[in-house]
Amino acid sequence: MSSADIYREIILDYYRNPRNYGKIPDPDIAQRDSNPLCGDELEMHLNIKDDKVADVKFTGKGCAISQASASMLTELILGKDFEYVKKLTKEDILDNLGLHDLGPARIKCALLSLKVLKSGLYSYLVDKLHDTASADKIKEESSGLY
Amino acid sequence: MQTSFINIENIRNDFPILKRKVHKDKPLVYLDNAATTQKPIQVIEAISNYYLNYNSNIHRAVHELAEEATLAYEMTRDKVAKFINAPKREEIVFVRGTTEAINLVAYAWGRQNINKDDIIVTTEYEHHSNIVPWQLLAKEKGAKLEYIGVDDNGELILDHLDAYLKTGKVKIVTFSQMSNVLGTITNSEEIIKKAKAHGARVLIDGAQSVPHLKVDLQKLDCDFFAFSAHKMLGPTGVGILWAKKELLQEMAPFNGGGDMIREVHKYETTWNDLPYKFEAGTPNIADVIGFGAALDYLDKIGMDKVREHEMDLTKYALDKLSQMKGIVLYGPKDVTKRGGVISFNLGDIHPHDLATIIDEDGIAIRSGHHCAQVLMERLDVSATSRASFYIYNTKEEVDVFIKSLNRAKELFKL
Repeated sequence: MSSADIYREIILDYYRNPRNYGKIPDPDIAQRDSNPLCGDELEMHLNIKDDKVADVKFTGKGCAISQASASMLTELILGKDFEYVKKLTKEDILDNLGLHDLGPARIKCALLSLKVLKSGLYSYLVDKLHDTASADKIKEESSGLY
Repeated sequence: MQTSFINIENIRNDFPILKRKVHKDKPLVYLDNAATTQKPIQVIEAISNYYLNYNSNIHRAVHELAEEATLAYEMTRDKVAKFINAPKREEIVFVRGTTEAINLVAYAWGRQNINKDDIIVTTEYEHHSNIVPWQLLAKEKGAKLEYIGVDDNGELILDHLDAYLKTGKVKIVTFSQMSNVLGTITNSEEIIKKAKAHGARVLIDGAQSVPHLKVDLQKLDCDFFAFSAHKMLGPTGVGILWAKKELLQEMAPFNGGGDMIREVHKYETTWNDLPYKFEAGTPNIADVIGFGAALDYLDKIGMDKVREHEMDLTKYALDKLSQMKGIVLYGPKDVTKRGGVISFNLGDIHPHDLATIIDEDGIAIRSGHHCAQVLMERLDVSATSRASFYIYNTKEEVDVFIKSLNRAKELFKL
């Protein structure tokens, strides 16, 4: 896809004015990751209450695609059922961004946020809910993200 | 085409890849030479000629093919020695690349000579390949790794080195002769002088310097020197470690195996002569031979001409770039103090976005941390964009590059 299609107004807006940017003190889920190829960094914080995402924030450094993707993901999951978040797929993220046919190098930027989210869910399921079966499923699903 | 220093048109004709188009119809503008350079037809043919006509293993067999292959392989060693003016041919060790060369020294020399509380000095503008092997060694031995800082002009703060040397504990000073991000040419003579006065060894990473500058090892008089073939028209998978003979003699082997031995018995082995003691196993014969053709090519142009051409091009590019609103240029402004590597950031366009956009116009640059995250921390950025030149680049290509940067600015509404 061409740059003009990638760097649309909405992507640039989320890049320059990220929604839900910041940290949650003492969050239920805190997960950080980076892309070793480019050094982009992303940290997500979530609070889960009554099986819903009660709060979500992110901080990070990186390209417009990775940062817009993270910001739009936080909007997508805020207030949603925990089950919905568990089932999010790669296609959901790309749909949400309106970015398809990204090259192999740049698709990693778009999916970094989902990778961070899934890793966070995994730790939460194992450490706090002791639900290793669901955790393993998430791990398996997210293994193809990179 | 312009430039009075070298005949660019003839040179470009030797590089088949420069004729290809990218993104359907865009002429390739290859500005990622600090990562790897393109290869002239002479190098490609030298490699295929070996496989087509005299492919065989070297040093052992007595048949004609083996003799031809051994001769061609060893001739490259002579060419390397001449190219960097090394005192002795047996001090030239073929390895896989600069990274392996530095690891070899950190392992084989470092383990014998670095002890608890010793200090290893490197710099803030090193490639990861000149940091991580020393971190591993320091951790294993309980030694300390210290850094010479980088000033705002992109040059090393040599006062830091003085302070480390004063402790009397510095065993080795290891640095890049040219930064792969800033293009800064290190004042190697000064560092070597200081290190020697305190009995410290010196390793120079020449991965970025040897391809672009005349390097004279006899004049430099360092202890170890490493560089890679693929950044100077040669194939990937070939690197050079040069070290003083007495050091290579004292050092334990890096890899054990065939070719590096004199006699092997059940429980005891004696080592082969230099440099074979450090070349265990069948080496990368074809690519070493290909590297010989690359050295011939550069020799024919002359490294002084290469340098002049790149300085001319770098000055042209820096003049144009510095006029762009919102650009931040890293490294020395003075082209006599730097090579043809230009790192920059343009407004709030992340380097990966910038590289994606200008790639559409056929321009290949590098974006990211350039395997120099310590320097990125020092510059307080997560990444930079980097354009780097070589003998086949032209001012017309710089113009295409500038035009494309302006298109990126428009897309980002800057």
